[in-house]
Amino acid sequence: MEINHVEGNTKGEIILYAISTCVWCKKVKKLLNSLNVDYYYMDVDLLDGREREKVEEEVTKWNPLCSFPTLVINGKECVVGYDEEEIKRKIKSG
Amino acid sequence: MDENSIPTESIDKLYKELDKEAESSGYHLNPDEEFTRELVEGLLVNEKRYGYRACPCRLASTVKDKDLDIICPCDYRDPDLSEYDTCYCGLYVSAAVLKGEKEVKKIPERRPSKSEREKLEKKSENTATGMTKLSKPVWRCKVCGYLCARDAPPEVCPICKAKKERFEKFL
Repeated sequence: MEINHVEGNTKGEIILYAISTCVWCKKVKKLLNSLNVDYYYMDVDLLDGREREKVEEEVTKWNPLCSFPTLVINGKECVVGYDEEEIKRKIKSG
Repeated sequence: MDENSIPTESIDKLYKELDKEAESSGYHLNPDEEFTRELVEGLLVNEKRYGYRACPCRLASTVKDKDLDIICPCDYRDPDLSEYDTCYCGLYVSAAVLKGEKEVKKIPERRPSKSEREKLEKKSENTATGMTKLSKPVWRCKVCGYLCARDAPPEVCPICKAKKERFEKFL
């Protein structure tokens, strides 16, 4: 499965589930880049078949509507949508 | 994703088309041109990939029949404009946003989850009939709410330009 890794300062395990054409998802990527944190991301629309189903199930666990961007921090917390303040706060406390 | 790269001229063309269409029917594109052009590009990428203009900010199933509600303009645009002054992805905004009185922010997803959608679909198969004694059936555009009484829905909604397949039998 294609998981992209963006290197930076480790602030815990940060996984972003995104859609490649989504402007709000791009804003989250830009924010994480500007914060210089280490994170992984997946563009779910670029996955197929079983792989995609598995990721959709995973996202649904965190966010029942399976909408994007969904950001999972340390397997404990999640932020749905581009919410700059909440993302900054949760990354710091995570 | 070179296979999906879209020429600038195509983005310009669709941007102008959508803007004209929106303004002529009382809707507005987001005045943040850079942001809006990115969304227009997303629509063209999806059209190339799936054969239909699925919302750039939602996960398309790749099966058109299952995504009719998220073909842009989506079924959720109008209620979102009324409640939040923007559609889900921010392509369409209210007059208040256009005038700079309100800002576009993230809004909650109005589209039901996959399992809810499946349930709703079954339910609508079981209803939708019942009303009789009308000389013609009434069709409703699921995008803008336009109603018309005729044997079949029009090819294109005269109000919002959504295609025939976006109509439901209302009465």
